[in-house]
Amino acid sequence: MKTSEKHAGAQRAAGSDVDGQRPSRRTGFGRRVLAARELGIIVALTLLVAVTTVVNPAFLSAQSVRDVLLGASILVILAVGQTVVIVSRNIDLSVGAVLGLVAFATGKLFGAAPGTPIIVAVLVGIALGAACGVINGVLVAAARVPALVITLGTLYMFRGIDHSWAKGEQINAADMPAGFLRLGTSTLLGTPLLAVIALAVVLLVGAYLQSYRSGRELYAIGSEPNAARLSGIPVGRRVFVAFVVSGAMAGLAGVLYAARFGTIDATVGTGIELQVVAAAVVGGVAIFGGSGSVYGAAVGAVLLTTIGSSLAVLRINPFWQQAVVGGLILAAIGLERLLAVRAANRLRGRTSHGA
Amino acid sequence: MAHDTLYAHPEAPAPEPGARRAGALGRALFTRWDTWVVIVLALVVVGAGASVDGFAGPRNTQFLLMDIVAIALIALPMTLIVITGEIDLSVASTLGLCSAVMGQLWVAGLPLELIVVLVILLGAVLGMVNGLFVTKFGLPSLAVTIGTLAAYRGLSFVVLGDQAVADFPRQWTDAASSTIGGSPVPWSVLIAVVLAVAFAVVLHWTPFGRSLFAMGNNAEAATFAGVSVNRAKFWLFVASGAVAGLAGVYWTLRYASARADNGSGLELAVVAAVLLGGVSIFGGRGTLLGVLAGVLLLGSLRNALQLADVPADTLNVVTGALLITSVVVPNVVGMARSWLRQRRHQRG
Repeated sequence: MKTSEKHAGAQRAAGSDVDGQRPSRRTGFGRRVLAARELGIIVALTLLVAVTTVVNPAFLSAQSVRDVLLGASILVILAVGQTVVIVSRNIDLSVGAVLGLVAFATGKLFGAAPGTPIIVAVLVGIALGAACGVINGVLVAAARVPALVITLGTLYMFRGIDHSWAKGEQINAADMPAGFLRLGTSTLLGTPLLAVIALAVVLLVGAYLQSYRSGRELYAIGSEPNAARLSGIPVGRRVFVAFVVSGAMAGLAGVLYAARFGTIDATVGTGIELQVVAAAVVGGVAIFGGSGSVYGAAVGAVLLTTIGSSLAVLRINPFWQQAVVGGLILAAIGLERLLAVRAANRLRGRTSHGA
Repeated sequence: MAHDTLYAHPEAPAPEPGARRAGALGRALFTRWDTWVVIVLALVVVGAGASVDGFAGPRNTQFLLMDIVAIALIALPMTLIVITGEIDLSVASTLGLCSAVMGQLWVAGLPLELIVVLVILLGAVLGMVNGLFVTKFGLPSLAVTIGTLAAYRGLSFVVLGDQAVADFPRQWTDAASSTIGGSPVPWSVLIAVVLAVAFAVVLHWTPFGRSLFAMGNNAEAATFAGVSVNRAKFWLFVASGAVAGLAGVYWTLRYASARADNGSGLELAVVAAVLLGGVSIFGGRGTLLGVLAGVLLLGSLRNALQLADVPADTLNVVTGALLITSVVVPNVVGMARSWLRQRRHQRG
């Protein structure tokens, strides 16, 4: 227990090279930085919604909010998986390809066995995604090759497999049972079912990262892999699991994509990995690992989706969306760097005052 | 036991000096990654020439070379950047934005000579933005260039939307695919060769080039040795942007079409070729010759498979697999070697 607490403290202090003797104070300070991070994005989201609502009051109507939540759900689930990987100082660029592959496989599954229970289809999708994650995880953890290169490679491999399997074929809503397609459109107490699933995933993985030893150890690995190894954390195994989780999330997202859109070809989800990384980074997940939360990443995903619909409401050229995503990534990592530098400076100042 | 190992080592029977030198030379040559890339390249070219119809024909040679020129161009500065331990993932988006702007300027009625200069300058400015973020703000290049990858591609859609500008003058588009004399070698290859020689000289025969290896191995040590790490990296990103701009001009003229999605995904092919060519993703190691062999290998393999009726989208499996192999194999071999050495050491 003691060690995991220590890791948590080391992770929260942005300048991890600064060694303090009062962990309680440092943790308190770290928590404030963390709060500031997530606060910033909530403020940005609020401002965006406020401005758009002033221009068009219908933007805050129940239906429009429901649309945004529905649109954000799949991105939120992907961002949660991505956060688990990024926190351990890795990255998973293959999620878009995994989503596409699983979505197509789901369509094929219903084509071959129309009577498949929905829950079985969901589990098969998650398992297929997790299997892709196993490939990533083995290559990254065992061969100790940077995740960026591995997942860039598997991105193209999974996508290529998808293409050679589909051979230009397109699966339509008519090929899938109505009960499954309802999964994408039905609501629970006025909230889209997809959003409820996404929320459950966020809370589940959030609790794991926050309160479980192996979850905390991911932060320790991301803060300083060598120190983590020396302190007895099974780094390879933890990183492996992180990739399997990310793959499983991408698999779940793929099944939900099939349910929601009903039309699937081999190009589904192309390029979505950029938005996923953007959501996580904008949500305060440090790209070099060690800090951030799935809650921030989820709000980041909601923010990106809201920007998309705001642009439409504000009558701005929709082509601006991707440029804005890029700008947000740059702003987020710039801000994160600024916070880290300021935190390090303040810690240094405090230590010298104390001495 | 431990003592035995310690003392037994110098008394190990030494081979004849001459034999040892020849063996060492052979070993040095054949443990080099780029030697193997050249060998595999030769095997692929000979094998494809013998077994795939039309691979060795002059027309296919011309198209193969034209297809890899853009990748070869961008791979040159990328090699230097990866050797310093950084990466530039925004190159394909820079190419796309330059292509889009080129189309818009042509629609606006500017002379093409001026447009070419402006577009290459634009590329340099886009690279400068990357360089500033990396060196002035100290941000990781991976994150910065993922950001600009999205931003530049987004901007190219803002500039040109989903339209295409295709009414470039005939003599310019013809020039992009014209060949030298009667040979199947396109003129554009000559540009790539000249630039390759320039980059090779800078990398392998100048103090600046050697300093790139130094900072890739240990940036801190390089700084203390008097190398201005940040300035070097800044200019490498500028060069990368400018070359991507040039590649954008070539791409636009070669396909006679300025589009916002030109070259999208090309960064993978470039990074794959660079790593396949033996440049270490961790920085500090690599040769330009190896990278050129990597570019040719990737290009010929894709071309041969395409001629053998493998669809283009499926080919990505090959590119991806090659990329993974080229980083996993050296790492695993290295790990196996150090494990064997340890075992031998323990056994005495």
